[in-house]
Amino acid sequence: MRGDRVSPLLQVRDLKIGFDLPEGHLLAVDGASFQIGHGATVALVGESGSGKTVVSQAIMGLLPKPAHILGGQIFLADPAGPGIRIDIARLPPGGREMRQIRGGQISIIFQEPMTSLSPLHTIGDQIGEALSLHRDVDGAQARELTRDMLRMVGFPDPEKALTTYPFELSGGLRQRAMISMALICRPALLVADEPTTALDVTIQAQILKLIKDLQSELGMAVLMITHDLGVVANMAEEVVVMYRGRVMESGSVEDIFRNPEHPYLKALMTAVPRFNMGTEERLVPLRDIEYETGHLLAPRADAAAMPEALKDKPILEVSGLSKSFADRRSGWLSGKPSSVLVLDDVSFAIRPGECLGLVGESGCGKTTLSKVVMRALSADAGSVTYTDEEGETDVLALNGDDLTEFRQKVQFVFQDPFSSLNPRMTVFDLISEPLLIHNIGDDAWRREMVSELMRLVGLDIRHLRRYPHSFSGGQRQRIGIARALALKPKLLICDEPVSALDVSIQAQVLNLLKDLKQELNLTYMFITHNLAVVDYIADRIAVMCAGRLVELATRDELFANPVHPYTKALLAAVPDPDLDNPLDFNAVMGGRRSVPSEWPAPFTVDDEHHPHLIDIGDEHMVRADERALSLKLAS
Amino acid sequence: MLGYITRRILVMVPTLIAISVITFVIIQLPPGDYLSTMLAELQSQGEKVDPARIEALKIQYGLDKTMVEQYFLWAFGLLHGDFGFSFEYQLPVTDVVGDRVFLTVVLNFSTIVFIWLISFPIGIYSATRQYSIGDYGLTFIGFIGLATPNFLLALVLLYFANVWFGTSIGGLMDPSYIDKPWTFDKIVSVLEHLWVPVVVIGTSGTAAMIRRLRANLLDELQKQYYVTAKAKGLGPFRALIKYPLRMSLNPFVADIGNMLPQVISGSAVVSMVLSLPTTGPMLIEALRSQDMYLAGSFLMFLAMLTVFGMFISDLALAWLDPRIRLGGGANR
Repeated sequence: MRGDRVSPLLQVRDLKIGFDLPEGHLLAVDGASFQIGHGATVALVGESGSGKTVVSQAIMGLLPKPAHILGGQIFLADPAGPGIRIDIARLPPGGREMRQIRGGQISIIFQEPMTSLSPLHTIGDQIGEALSLHRDVDGAQARELTRDMLRMVGFPDPEKALTTYPFELSGGLRQRAMISMALICRPALLVADEPTTALDVTIQAQILKLIKDLQSELGMAVLMITHDLGVVANMAEEVVVMYRGRVMESGSVEDIFRNPEHPYLKALMTAVPRFNMGTEERLVPLRDIEYETGHLLAPRADAAAMPEALKDKPILEVSGLSKSFADRRSGWLSGKPSSVLVLDDVSFAIRPGECLGLVGESGCGKTTLSKVVMRALSADAGSVTYTDEEGETDVLALNGDDLTEFRQKVQFVFQDPFSSLNPRMTVFDLISEPLLIHNIGDDAWRREMVSELMRLVGLDIRHLRRYPHSFSGGQRQRIGIARALALKPKLLICDEPVSALDVSIQAQVLNLLKDLKQELNLTYMFITHNLAVVDYIADRIAVMCAGRLVELATRDELFANPVHPYTKALLAAVPDPDLDNPLDFNAVMGGRRSVPSEWPAPFTVDDEHHPHLIDIGDEHMVRADERALSLKLAS
Repeated sequence: MLGYITRRILVMVPTLIAISVITFVIIQLPPGDYLSTMLAELQSQGEKVDPARIEALKIQYGLDKTMVEQYFLWAFGLLHGDFGFSFEYQLPVTDVVGDRVFLTVVLNFSTIVFIWLISFPIGIYSATRQYSIGDYGLTFIGFIGLATPNFLLALVLLYFANVWFGTSIGGLMDPSYIDKPWTFDKIVSVLEHLWVPVVVIGTSGTAAMIRRLRANLLDELQKQYYVTAKAKGLGPFRALIKYPLRMSLNPFVADIGNMLPQVISGSAVVSMVLSLPTTGPMLIEALRSQDMYLAGSFLMFLAMLTVFGMFISDLALAWLDPRIRLGGGANR
């Protein structure tokens, strides 16, 4: 059925793809060659712009309009008979033959499961459509097969799933639906284009496991396109590394990870934050950035010393913070309002000069927490106290001028460098806006301050008149950091500042943040879902789940000795770019670890159990029932 | 869903009451009333008017009562289907308006259908072949349609319709059928006359619609789900119709509520040039002469169309888009 096993399933030979753009001609893929055996898993690795996605589009015959295949072949083994090969590069992309291959023999899943499914059609409709295009089945059979497929990818209620819409599902389930759509016709090759990048770590591990299981069950090959070396180490048999349209290195995963040859690959390996890095070890970005501090930003020597009474106070103390959102579904004519608890009794403290990492999956309330601290949202209960040399401030009680004054002390760096900068303002306007709002300095002073800030984040001051669109993602994020630093804040809240950036850029920005903290004596609250990133940057780590802080410990303690089941699950789910430390796919649970009522005995949170954070020594706090936990730890 | 519909209908009641108050007040706002306008006109023509007669007329029309009383009389009448009495025509409003409302609806419904029929294929063509010669050409023609004054186009088309097909100038039917009962020949005559105003009113709408559809569709064509559809092996045309086109319909459906009154009042100028027996010219005349019950009834009619159109488009949106139907309380 699958043809002879000797010749590869797919062979890409000397592929050249060019883009005709208004700015000129661009060679996106320049002579790429690799092959995928029957049932094999090949990872295509590279940063954005390396041409890896273009290659996958060429294989699918889905190249965007300005792109043309300039040369080379893509041979696909024809299932009809051994030895017969089809050159996909020669087939007209819209033609019947190519349409038969697409979805029938080669399928693709994409990064963003929300946008890759149509929100207007049911899951059953969209999956069944793929089936009816390639197989001769009637409506009832299609429904039957679709239901089987949905059960196979782990939908708890496949019958109901047939009539649900994508927006009614969680990200993980959407990606499962996408996978079942890709696999319903039992293709010989699955192209997975960053299939887990948009998902939380625990969900990522589940999806990776699912792909692996289905692969062995259906005997298909997988082409995994990713920039995440951790995923590669855990999934691939062979690795192809691309850089600027060329294949830099390829070989078995063992070769690639144990003896990387090419400088680019070596550089990529050292640019990724890993676990077990030494405390002093630095990430080495592919392209380092030069920066300098100036006299305006330097910490003032004459700064008032901390009063003795406040010496040991944390810079920010949050205690018992709770917040719930009203559910919109309860309209004014139907019943009593219901609400969703997003923050439940959150308490922690940040000491001056430290970096507190706040980790949790999406929807756990970490961004809400940061917004409450910033006074962008109000809290239902609890207090936030900010302390500096001028005394203590009850943040939640601030009003009017006091609040405006306070805003200078705490600033925010956003996740998305694209939407957090106004596209109609120049860089100068963007960075100087906080100074204008707070009426600091005169024009000349502001100009000097802005150029100093630009140099501080390693940007060229000649670019001050440019607009955000002419900068790359990493540069934009640095503009965002410069803007946040303009008011010389003491506390910086970074909400996933590197998760929208490429691996190579991540290292740059992380190093910059790390250095700035030293130079400017800053304190960070660093929100992220990426454990390797907090491991690199944070001194202490707080783990959040379902609106509650479940564990808080120093970095070393948390990674060496996690106590809470959720923390354990989180740690177990991170794919490490290390062949000797593979993911334990069998330990991946079906998403139950993020449901508080499912946690085992001393940790359970439900209607009857409301455990609090308790100290178990060495500044290690965990949310559990005190008596039960001491019994458990003793045994 | 049923609860939603009930709620929407219940909300419509206070809206309409508020509109009726505002309409009535605004009509009464200009100084004087129908009688004083008439009086001034007669006096300027040098005629003597007997004050006693004016006073009698005032009482007869209820103009001596306070505004609040007048409003309640009018509003109460509306509820019974009595739209009041037109001073100018000396007839009940219902009789004055009569056929006009029907013909207006026929004209405007045809115009909307015309706009959609023309602009959808062109919009889809322009979007799928962005920056091609065809796209530029059609865009150019669309802009000409947008830029040409309606009345000019109306006169040109009337001339050629008369020269080539022998259609009588102006009106929506041959003069011999006016005020005659509806017969087959009368319908044919209406159809013969209808196309000129439909084309004239439609051209500007079509151009705007093409531009909007093109822009909407271009956005949707970039979306990932369209690539997914093609990746399944779906043919380009079927993929286009099923996914991006369906998505780009939402703004148009949401617009139905606005479109109804817009086409009905917006066609007034063309209707005057073509002397069409529709409601537009009559409304303008009624507003000018402060024929308050006639004007008020017209405005109420337009308001009801808007409110009702909004209701229809809300229902259609909910039917078309499951996110609206089911996603009411989606919390992220």
